[in-house]
Amino acid sequence: MTSLPPPSAKKLGLVIDLDTCVGCQACATSCKEWNAQGYSAPLTDEHTQGAEATGVWLNRVHGYEVREAGQAQSRIVHFPRSCLHCEEPACVTVCPTGASYKRAEDGIVLVNPETCIGCKLCSWACPYGAREYDQSHGVMKKCTLCVDRIYNENLEEEDRLPACVKACPTGARHFGDLGDPSSGVSQLVAGRGGYDLLPEMGYRPVNKYLPPRARRDGATSRAEALPKPDGSAFDRLFQWADKILSPRQASARANDIDHSGKLEG
Amino acid sequence: MHPAYSVILFTTASGAGYGLLALLCLVGLSHGEASTLLFGLASMVIALGLITIGLLSSTLHLGHPERAWRAFSQWRSSWLSREGVLAVVTYVPAVLFGVVWSGLYPAPELIKPLAVITGALALLTVMSTGKIYATLKTIRAWHNPWTVWVYLAFALATGAAILAAITAVFGNFPAFLVYFASAWLVIALAVQLGYWRSIDAAPLDLTIEQATGLGRIGRVSQWEAPHTAANYVQTEMGYAVARRHAARLRRLVVIALVLAILLMLAGLVVPLAALPSAALAIFAAVVQRWLFFAEAQHVSTLFYGAEAA
Repeated sequence: MTSLPPPSAKKLGLVIDLDTCVGCQACATSCKEWNAQGYSAPLTDEHTQGAEATGVWLNRVHGYEVREAGQAQSRIVHFPRSCLHCEEPACVTVCPTGASYKRAEDGIVLVNPETCIGCKLCSWACPYGAREYDQSHGVMKKCTLCVDRIYNENLEEEDRLPACVKACPTGARHFGDLGDPSSGVSQLVAGRGGYDLLPEMGYRPVNKYLPPRARRDGATSRAEALPKPDGSAFDRLFQWADKILSPRQASARANDIDHSGKLEG
Repeated sequence: MHPAYSVILFTTASGAGYGLLALLCLVGLSHGEASTLLFGLASMVIALGLITIGLLSSTLHLGHPERAWRAFSQWRSSWLSREGVLAVVTYVPAVLFGVVWSGLYPAPELIKPLAVITGALALLTVMSTGKIYATLKTIRAWHNPWTVWVYLAFALATGAAILAAITAVFGNFPAFLVYFASAWLVIALAVQLGYWRSIDAAPLDLTIEQATGLGRIGRVSQWEAPHTAANYVQTEMGYAVARRHAARLRRLVVIALVLAILLMLAGLVVPLAALPSAALAIFAAVVQRWLFFAEAQHVSTLFYGAEAA
């Protein structure tokens, strides 16, 4: 049934820390590895040996350049993006077959690969680009929150986590119940000012993003902040060595630190 | 948005078929039984033929056409499902109407009730096609009050032009029908111009800063895509071929519709001019539908570097 169930008390989801994500792609590859063989497999790749290798991924890590006002250097934010398991998922309500559904017990949004007709309308309804169509399987694919891991009693207790969370080497991905205000993930969101993607669309995503922290000190990496010669014996030794090693016309600059980054001179 | 050619064929062919069917119901309401059995049968076969070709082609873009029957189940929430249900339900009164209206089975007292039911269902089917697009909040150009009217106006305009062409072929082409079909073509043109005006005026006010939530830090641009070759989301939502030629294609739609109107009016002198008029109206509908897809920008393209959507 693609009508939405009444809101569940339990809202399983991810909290993604944009401050600690280093863009290593471990979450994306471990997601692919797990989901290519489990629920709704395959997760097809095409032209894998060609120039235009493409494929279905449930989790993608974008890189954005952010220019802060008053800062000469921009900063790079690594940005993992997958299904946000929204509370108002239009991808579910537009589905004509009932293949897309939101679980009443924990809020996970899933596609039943046995009944999906591959009309792609759900992917049009998603503002986050979270659904990808699998050409070879003829059905829509999306993040399952590793529903076949998190409740899987054949796995050790500590492995009952989404593959992406388990794989993250910097602890930038957190899994838990965002419907419970006392849960670890809810506390994290409250403490760090976690936010929704595109709240103005009204989909009410369950997953939250933790904003990058402010730069500790924008000046520490600037040229002016580098240590200056202090006239010590070591400094004089290096100045002498620099003078000997430099061509005659360049010796006038021996006391300067070269910030140009150029190799000559 | 990538225009699936089967969806363009579906919406224009079945749209014209439902428009023609609704107008035949109007003829049944005003004139009673069809003037001749042959005219009645021919026009019903063309209407239901266009509808059927359209519906069959709509299954071509599915990953699993053999599961298409499942799409009748979710009419409580899905306009696509409602469209499917209405499309199939319409066949029942439509066939009965065709039988009594054409005179195959003499039951003149049934013509009017069947005409009302069939005509209403035909228009509701077209409306739900428009609603599928109009209810998608992710696509600014579709989430627009004009969208449903564009679908209805083009269905009725192409249907009216085809009705005029059939009538002209059967040799009984009253001046009223020339004006009637021309009026529908004018309405389609006016609604289309209104739609374009509306989408051009609506600002693309969602930005990459809002999508990523990184606007709190500063100006955002894409530094690195998450993959080396375009993926499904980019090819499906980021299609931009016709967008580059949008101005020229819009002029083409307007010119085709104006010529269709002029040729229809020429039908007052040369009745068979209604045939090329109908062909031009259908051509305009196809180009319009292609543009409808190609000009639509999807919110998810923001994550792939689009500045606004």
